Amino acid sequence: MSTGTLDTPAPRPPLTRKDLRADHPTWCPGCGDFAVLASFHRVLEKMQLPHERIVTLAGIGCSSRFPYFVNSHGGHFIHGRALPFASGVSLSRDDLHVFVFGGDGDGFSIGGNHLQHAGRKNIKMTYVIMDNSVYGLTKKQTSPTSPIGFKSKTDTTGAFDRPINPMNTLLASGATFVARSHATQVNHMVEMFERAMKHDGFSVIEILSECVEFFPGAFDTSVPRKGGSFVAIEEKRGDGSPEDANRHDPTNLESAFALANEQWPGVFGVFYQVNRPTKNALEAGLIAKARERTKGASDLDLLRATFNRLR
Amino acid sequence: MVSSTNESPVPGGDIPRQELINDAVIRLAGNSQDGIQTIGGFLARLAGRSDQDVITYMTIPSTISGGPSIFQVRIGTGEVLSAGDQADFLVAFYQHSYEAHIGSLREGGVLIYDTDHVKPNLDDKRFVNFGVAITGLTIEAMGGAAKDKGKNMFTLGLLARMFSLQVDKLRALVTERFGGKDEGILRSALVAFDAGFAYPADSALKRYFKFAEAETPNARPQVTMDGNQAIAYALVAAGVRYGAAYPITPWTSIMEILRAELPKYGGIFVQAEDELAASSLAIGAAYAGHLAVTGSSGPGISLKQEMLGWAVMAEIPLIVINIQRGGPSTGLPTNVEQSDLMQAIYGSHGDAPRVVLAPRNVEDCFHTALEACRIAREYSVPVVILSDQSLATRIEAFDEPDLDAVFVPPSLDLRPRSADFKPYALDRITQHAPPGTRFEGTYPTVSGLEHDEAGHPTANPAMHMKMTAKRREKLKKLAATLERPEIFGEQEGDTLLVGWGSTWGPIREAVRRGRAEGMKIGQVHIRHIHPLPPELERIFSRFRQIFVVEMNDEGLYGFGQLASLLRARYALPNIRSITKTDGLTFKVREILEGVRRLGGDAVSTFSLYPDL
Repeated sequence: MSTGTLDTPAPRPPLTRKDLRADHPTWCPGCGDFAVLASFHRVLEKMQLPHERIVTLAGIGCSSRFPYFVNSHGGHFIHGRALPFASGVSLSRDDLHVFVFGGDGDGFSIGGNHLQHAGRKNIKMTYVIMDNSVYGLTKKQTSPTSPIGFKSKTDTTGAFDRPINPMNTLLASGATFVARSHATQVNHMVEMFERAMKHDGFSVIEILSECVEFFPGAFDTSVPRKGGSFVAIEEKRGDGSPEDANRHDPTNLESAFALANEQWPGVFGVFYQVNRPTKNALEAGLIAKARERTKGASDLDLLRATFNRLR
Repeated sequence: MVSSTNESPVPGGDIPRQELINDAVIRLAGNSQDGIQTIGGFLARLAGRSDQDVITYMTIPSTISGGPSIFQVRIGTGEVLSAGDQADFLVAFYQHSYEAHIGSLREGGVLIYDTDHVKPNLDDKRFVNFGVAITGLTIEAMGGAAKDKGKNMFTLGLLARMFSLQVDKLRALVTERFGGKDEGILRSALVAFDAGFAYPADSALKRYFKFAEAETPNARPQVTMDGNQAIAYALVAAGVRYGAAYPITPWTSIMEILRAELPKYGGIFVQAEDELAASSLAIGAAYAGHLAVTGSSGPGISLKQEMLGWAVMAEIPLIVINIQRGGPSTGLPTNVEQSDLMQAIYGSHGDAPRVVLAPRNVEDCFHTALEACRIAREYSVPVVILSDQSLATRIEAFDEPDLDAVFVPPSLDLRPRSADFKPYALDRITQHAPPGTRFEGTYPTVSGLEHDEAGHPTANPAMHMKMTAKRREKLKKLAATLERPEIFGEQEGDTLLVGWGSTWGPIREAVRRGRAEGMKIGQVHIRHIHPLPPELERIFSRFRQIFVVEMNDEGLYGFGQLASLLRARYALPNIRSITKTDGLTFKVREILEGVRRLGGDAVSTFSLYPDL
């Protein structure tokens, strides 16, 4: 089908972080998103994916500028629609590693619907939501994750709509890999990225990423350096030790929901991970079955047969 | 109905009189669950296999199930251009069918009614009344459990006898349709069909009919399908393997076909959660290097407008199909209108030039979809196909396309690109390198932001002007390659009828009838709506008055949507409108009445407020 070749014979020098950098990020100095970007560069370097097969996609928002800052194929799409856009890429091109970046507005507000469907269909991609609990690109309006009492330009006396619980939402979406990290924890982010990338299915990571301009200090309670505490999830090891009984089993959805409902800012790590057939695989199965029934007939033969039936 | 009496008996029975006919309009009126579409479908397929022309027309109620419904079949030995203004034969299953449709039967026409349900006014001597106990006889033939099932097959048998149809071919069609599943279903269908065929129609009707045979059999076999099938199979032929949509009437059948067909061809069609996701998904597949399709009807297309704008800005090849219905909003979901023209050309925001094409009949649905795919690929642009409810659901027979000639295998171009590759180079049409392509240096980012030649975002005013011009100029380049439209009928004279889309047939028939009445009248049909084809101005200059015939409202200033565009484009005051919005296709009579009503007016007396 393809006229080109995916595996070019030329030898590939190892991919370095330098190769992966593109335009200088336009984020404000001190923005948490820089750390997310740096972790992503680091994990790509570590994983050594074929450069041309990395696709970074995004909707609209500060974090959604991400694709411009990664030297890979990329698409900067419409507000809230990055997931269906990425679904089109993923389902039609199984050879690509599809990454989607966005913020709390793009993911939980305007694009909230799509999250449910990408999750339930288990479309293969990695979705990173950089949650800063504020609309930054439009200069401080209330976001779906802004806490009650947050004063913004659209809630000058303090927000009073109940905020979304991101982890609850992600778990409910049917995503088969759900994790949470913090922009101040680079090693933790790299680990989450790596595990998400290796997961066969819809993997999603929420990263708390501070907006220094419009909601500084939003996540300080989980930053040890600022007097908070970063509580990492201890996963079950299956070592039979007495402590293991109290550790979290990421295949247990009920226990993942229990973690999601812990008092904010909550815990960090992999909440949930299971294997379920991806839509990519199910569609490929549909194709394989259909091809089997048509017994290797060419596309043109198939079309001819259809027209014969329409005579 | 053109007829002549032929006294020769047909084989298999002594028939007193057999009228040879060239053309017949048969209207079947019942409820949507009676299977009248099945009868009509069989008649149309049979016509297709007998080298005859056929056009069907149907209305379905906008209800979940049940409700009055009609299916009209016009069969002709020779060119059939419309579904017919009046019926020659009316089959009425219920009293409401009779009452609602007896007005559509021409004087001298034949009323076939189910005596178990219909009590016609037998004093009305304008029609030939032919009553048959369709329900009772079907139950008798099939056994008590049949209830209303099989009435349609009984009626098909009855019509087969009345019109001396080729029973072997018809039985073969029935077997193809119902065979292979449950044997009982086929057996029952044939039992009902035979019972209808055995009914001695001549005892009450005193005559039978027979279609004249085509004088010159077609060189190629005919295929029989509806407009939505024609579009769907053309997309497959043109190499489209990916798409996504959301169900809405009357678009849905295209997505159902593609969902079932594409896997055989290695492709995927996704039912998305909404229209926005559907178009985004299709654009994702297109960005990934495939030609992809999304489609919908009126309100669904409105929801896709933001994505369409992105595809224009990012210069992504995309096929967008709009099967128009009555609007605005959910409007008339099961009726026809051509009121999405402006939306097709100008919908979305900003200056977002895209290509818009409109097929004229079912055969043209096939060829328009092929052309749309070619243009989308060559010009890296979204192409909108404007079909409508009447085209989507009507069945026509046409010469089977030369599939070898039109077939385009799908392709994915992943050749490596050098460091100086610029997707949006200003001096040529945009060429994308899809993900998976190896680059030397910087990889491209495709975006809805204004961008430079490499695809990097820029807010530079000069670059926005250059890129806006680039997107506009490629459409002008396309326009220069389009064929000059042909004039049908008088090449110059009093009246030019201009149309677009599914009104082609009725307008053409109006021109024929008008010329037969001595009118100096011609027709130009516009298939390339945006950009317009060259030399229209020269054609317009040959006629005193130009009427744009279209199924939309006359608007605030007295002009339909295409008429408004043509007036803006050519600044000709003698372009006027014949419009209607009754949700039905144009009758030939309505077009000629429009010409007569407006034709006497001096152009300059047009008044914005005629009643004042």
